[in-house]
Amino acid sequence: MSSTRIRLRLDPIMCVAHGLCAELFPERITLDDWGYPIIDPTPIPPALEEHARRAVEACPTLALLREREHLR
Amino acid sequence: MTTTTAPTGLGQGVGLDTARLLPRPSAAHLVDHLARMGSLPYRGRELIVEVERAGLRGRGGAGFPTATKMEAVRTRGARLLQGRRPIVVANGTEGEPLSAKDKTLLVHAPHLVLDGMVAAARAVGADEAVVCIERNAGSVVHSLERAIEERHSLNAGDGITLRVAETPARYIAGEETALVNWLNGNDAKPTFTPPRPFERGVSRRPTLIDNVETLAHVALIARFGAEWWRTAGTETDPGTMLVTLNGVDRPGVYEVPLGASLRDVLRNAGAHDVAGVLMGGYFGTWLTPRQAAMVTLSAGDLKAVRAGLGCGAIAVIDRDACPLAELARVTRWLASQTAGQCGACANGLPAIASAVEHVARGADRDGAAELAARRWMEMVAGRGACKLPDGVVRVVSSGLGVFAEHIAKHRADGACAAFDRAPLLPVPGPEASWR
Repeated sequence: MSSTRIRLRLDPIMCVAHGLCAELFPERITLDDWGYPIIDPTPIPPALEEHARRAVEACPTLALLREREHLR
Repeated sequence: MTTTTAPTGLGQGVGLDTARLLPRPSAAHLVDHLARMGSLPYRGRELIVEVERAGLRGRGGAGFPTATKMEAVRTRGARLLQGRRPIVVANGTEGEPLSAKDKTLLVHAPHLVLDGMVAAARAVGADEAVVCIERNAGSVVHSLERAIEERHSLNAGDGITLRVAETPARYIAGEETALVNWLNGNDAKPTFTPPRPFERGVSRRPTLIDNVETLAHVALIARFGAEWWRTAGTETDPGTMLVTLNGVDRPGVYEVPLGASLRDVLRNAGAHDVAGVLMGGYFGTWLTPRQAAMVTLSAGDLKAVRAGLGCGAIAVIDRDACPLAELARVTRWLASQTAGQCGACANGLPAIASAVEHVARGADRDGAAELAARRWMEMVAGRGACKLPDGVVRVVSSGLGVFAEHIAKHRADGACAAFDRAPLLPVPGPEASWR
């Protein structure tokens, strides 16, 4: 039996603070005082995976990354 | 496995005076170096085991186990196709304003560092080793180039190509991904990881980046073995380290055994009227006089006071100085060192610096600026591609804690008389380019 766990990670160099991710996934992404996203790094429950996927795909600079962890 | 017995006069770790790395007189020439140390024995991969047995940790600031790094590069290199041989990078960029130990080591014992580069290269399967020095460190570059020429003329290169690279004189340029980025022809700015340099570094090769002092220790271990190396220091913190002492009567670079008491080390160099001690340079942690009197130079002791050995740069602030003026200047300088790549760093550090300046000027009557600084520190921590924001958070939050009484005075009465005193902590001038 194996399962995967998904976490969000940001490439802070690529990010230029469009802010779409925070709009699409406010449960896990907030903006700092300058409009840059603060990402909650804890694993994303299956119920929220779709939101995470949308936020990642909406990022215009491909700075938001979905990282898969394979668990045994 | 055979190792030479260490020559007499090479420190055994008794007392504070342990001249292993820094010979007196200096051994800038190969003949002097060989007379002192003997020749470097050929040791391949098994050197990694010996370094592990020694328990050597990196002396550049992060304190990572050196053998683990070496093994990662070696394994990676062995897996890759031909043409991707590992490469060794000796990091002698010393952008830390409070540190002079790398430059001192490179001037007094360049061949020991070069030996370490050769030994490490053989161990990880590299055929090339580059030593990186800041462009403005003129005599150091000269000393190394001459040392490399000496080895060539005596045919002592042993199949490893050695060269010097003169890097941009910028604080962040010495961060390992920044250094790799620059060696690859780009700006000396940090990159997002992974890949880490051991996976894909210079010219996409597995890259072993070690501080020059770390490599000098590797050279000692290659010659005299782990057991001898561990005769200095303690069981948990073996070996010696170079420290740069600032704000004492006799400032400069000293070689001390790990586990030595910080109080003894400072007393030996003439420290008095201590108001606070900055441990680990501008990337470090402020200690109260009480903490400084209690800790030893060991990872465990220092961790208990949220500090570390760092790069061994230590500064004493005496009671005649205004620690807040010092902290504010250092914070502003650190903020000016951002590469401007990451939003949290580029925006957050200047904001934190302004708040600290406000506190230092005695203008923070209601404490709002200090609260803002704390809120921004929480906001930026861990959000840079490199650790610059985290360094600023460490130095500022520990400073605000250690100098809390002084802050209260500034708040009540305005800036103290020492506010305009000449700076104790040096802040370098205008910056060079990123290339």
